[in-house]
This record gives sequence, C-alpha cells and structure tokens, in this order.
Amino acid sequence: MINFQYLRASSPKSAIDGVRTDLSAQFIAGGTNLIDLMKRGITAPPKLVDINNLPLRDIADEGKTIRIGALALNSTVADHSLILKKLPLLAQALNAGASAQIRNMATVGGNMMQRTRCPYFYDPSLPCNKRAPGSGCGAVAGINRMHAIFGLEPVPDQHVCIAVHPSDMCVALAALDATVEVWGPGGNRTIPFTGFHRLPGSNPQKDNTLQHGELITALRLPDNALATHSHYLKIRDRASYAFALISVAAALDLKGKTIQQARLAMGGVAHKPWRLTEAEQVLIGKPATEATFREAAQVAMRGARAFEHNTYKLKLAPAAIVEALTRAAG
Amino acid sequence: MQHNEPDRNNNAGQEARRDFLKQSTLLTALSLTPSVVVQAAEKHLDEKAAAYFEQVTLKLTINGKPYTLSVEPRVTLLDLLRERLNLTGTKKGCDYGQCGACTVHIDGRRTLSCLTFAVMHEGQAVTTIEGLAEAGPQGKLHPVQEAFIRHDGFQCGYCTPGQIMSAIGCLREDRANSPDEIREYMSGNICRCGAYNNIVDAIAEVKKGGQKV
Repeated sequence: MINFQYLRASSPKSAIDGVRTDLSAQFIAGGTNLIDLMKRGITAPPKLVDINNLPLRDIADEGKTIRIGALALNSTVADHSLILKKLPLLAQALNAGASAQIRNMATVGGNMMQRTRCPYFYDPSLPCNKRAPGSGCGAVAGINRMHAIFGLEPVPDQHVCIAVHPSDMCVALAALDATVEVWGPGGNRTIPFTGFHRLPGSNPQKDNTLQHGELITALRLPDNALATHSHYLKIRDRASYAFALISVAAALDLKGKTIQQARLAMGGVAHKPWRLTEAEQVLIGKPATEATFREAAQVAMRGARAFEHNTYKLKLAPAAIVEALTRAAG
Repeated sequence: MQHNEPDRNNNAGQEARRDFLKQSTLLTALSLTPSVVVQAAEKHLDEKAAAYFEQVTLKLTINGKPYTLSVEPRVTLLDLLRERLNLTGTKKGCDYGQCGACTVHIDGRRTLSCLTFAVMHEGQAVTTIEGLAEAGPQGKLHPVQEAFIRHDGFQCGYCTPGQIMSAIGCLREDRANSPDEIREYMSGNICRCGAYNNIVDAIAEVKKGGQKV
C-alpha cells in the first residue's frame, strides 16, 4: 500500500475542511471497506482524515423520530434497546450483514458508503466502468451471477454498470423512510434515504449523491406502527457471512388481518437499495394472505431484466418477497 | 577505500542523477512538512498530522503494557503486532478481513486487526491471545483456551488464536445460547481443518459452566 497523509479531526468542521480542499482526500471511520480497497490497489487516497473522535455516536429517541449518529457502530445499533423495540427490522438487517468482528468496527455512515463487491470492480486487471470510467463492464458479458436485475437504464458501453449495492442495513433504511443528515462545505442538508444512493446512469463511478467534502452526521428514522410485523429475509450462498443474492425488508401495519400500511425494499438487485413503492400500494387495504403477497410480488418484478448467469433472480426475487411478507405478517 | 571511491569519470551521469534525487527529495520534504503542519494548525486538527513519509507517534496499551511507538500511517494493527512488537500469536490469514485469524480485542470488543490502521487506536487498549493466560510459565490458561484443549478445538492451530479471541467476544456478547447461535456469531472465523464442531462444543461448555470470560 502506498503511504498517505493522515490527519485526525477533532470537530466535524475540521474534518470537512481537511477533505474539502483536496479532491482525492477521504474520510476514514471504521475503515473495514476502505482499507480492503486500499490493500487491493482499487483506491489510493493520498490523504485520509480520521473522523473517529467526532461526537457522532449517540442513538436518541427524539419523540417522533429516532436519531442515530453516523459513527454509531453496526453492532451498537443492532443491540440497542430502542432499536430492538421500535426498529427491529433495522436490527435484523444489521445482524444479517458481515461478521460479528466487522460489525464491531463498521459505522452506520461507513456502511452507507461501502462500495460494490462486484468481482470486476475488485480486480484492477479487469475492465470496470465504476473503478476505471470508460474501460467497459466486464460483468455484462462475463460472470454476472451476483448482478443487478433492476435500474438498468440503456447507456453506451463506456457507462454500463450492472453492479449491486452490497449493504443489508441500507435495504432496511430504504424501507423505513430514513433520512440522512449531511454537513458540508455548502452548509447542512437532509437527503431522503432513497435519494442517497443512485443508479449508475452515465456516471457509474458515483455510488451516491454526496458532494466532495460532505460528511454524513446522522440518520433519522420516523417512529412508526411497523415494528410488530416486520422481517428481513436474506438469501445467500452460505448460511452466514456472505453477501445477499436477494434480500427483502418487509414491514406491515395490520389491523386484524387487513394491511393498513406496507414497506417493502430489496437488496442484491440494483445499484442502490431497491424500494418497491408500487408493490406496497398493492398491499394496502387487502388481507394479509399469500394471494395478496403474490400479487404484490408480481407488481414488484415489473421491469426486471436478467443476464446470462442471474436469470434465477427473476424467480428467486418474487418468491423471497412472498416469504418475507408471510414471515412479517406471522 | 580506494576501491570504493566512485570513478567520477565513468559514472558522472549516475552521480549527477543521484545528486538530483537527493536534492529533490529534500525539496519535497521541505514543501510538504510545513504545509501539513500549518494546514493542521489552521484547521484545528490535532498534532497527529503526518505527511506520507512521516511516522506518527502512537500511544496504546497492549495486554496491559503501555507502549509509545512511532509508526507509518499505513501500518495495520496486525502488522504492528507481528512485525514490530513480535506478538506473533495473532495470525495473518487472508489479510482482507475474510478469515478472522487476526481477531483481537480493542477496548474489549472483538475486531479484525488486519482491517484497521494502528494509528487509529491512539489511547486504546488492545488484547491479543498472548494477553489471556496468567503471567509466568505456570500461569493458568484462560477458560476458553482450556476448553479448546479439552474439546480438541483445532487441528493445525493457525486459526485458533482468532477463534479463541472471537469465542470470548461471542460469550461476552451473550451470543452463545445455542449451537446455532454460536455458529452464526462465530461465522467470521474460518477453520480450514474443519474443527467447527469441537469449537462449538468448547464454547457451549464455557457458557454452560458460567465461568467469567
């Protein structure tokens, strides 16, 4: 690994100033993804600003919202009594990701910033429009078993990217209407979670809508009536410690057997956590039965498109939606 | 001595290049060091600002012993332990956070020492496999170490330090209440010999025995 300049920030402002002026500088928090990428030569920031000393770790009940500091550890959030009581879907998704050791290191903000695990992105000897813009996409005609089935806009070859976002936590956050609090050189702003990550379009190198120098400071989640009936289903190659082939975050607000509200999002299917708002609309006002769930799954799959090695996802995804909704309702 | 004197006539080009390199390195040092320090002061970053060729002073406690070290920012905690401090009990398996062989405790939490830079742990307390048993040649082993021996929780032994450090974390987190729960919360530790069943038995026994870990 090439050496780099290391700065330790003592306030959010100093951290932002430390990164803002240098286009290739990056923040480092848990480091579990960034250090991996640096070791493999996929990224080589000449300057890192360590933000671990910033006071951004609190988890607080603010009445109608729950605020989670960006530096809260994945394990701290997953084990927190407030989260277990009010947002069990988030706790479940967090515990489905990575390993116990990594969850003890990785922060909530860092989890949002993690890069795809597409093997073509991870191998500097292969073409990848995300890692080396314009070099082409190795996955589109290669081994694309893990790749996207949604959000595939027609673009010229030099922009193609069919990678998926790897996070489990982010699938739950997309379903739970989270918002992201961001501080930056241009002031503070709030980004709806579903607008935080982006589709590749003609800039596949950009995973999200953050501007350079912007720092995630917190997440806010509305307190809701969805805690009792929720489930995070993750389907993967191993029983544990593997990225999702398909995952589904499902939450229902039931009155008797009737669905009052529904939240549904999928992971492992697109360049961003994939919220299924049309399928949610299908569920509202209907009885929580398998027939209803199948109808929602069918709507959810509209526009899906597969490649040579991931056609299985076209069957697995709707089946996973039905299963997750069934477990959420049960 | 005569023999080692450079032949100025034959190596003039090389010498000039060497001088140039020396000079340019010096210039780089001058232009980088002050700017980094000034930048850091201006932005109220603390004194740990380091140019990429510089070493950073680092104070941390390892197995109860305080250390003051000087390290490059790019040195992982794992490499610091193994290469600088000769604490080779912590193993390097994959070096990419996939195998768990490098598991240590930082401020009591099980973490992967290969996926973190040492300089990120100023003032923190690290515990490695060497810090578990009581001191001295007759020192008593940690209950989890004893259980691994009793249950034959290893074959080649390479993953064992990581397995034991992780097992202690698993027990402290109260995630050892069933074989399935142990398997899930130990999934970050790979054993290529396949001693998994015995590892699960060892952890379950310590849990059942209720010993303090």
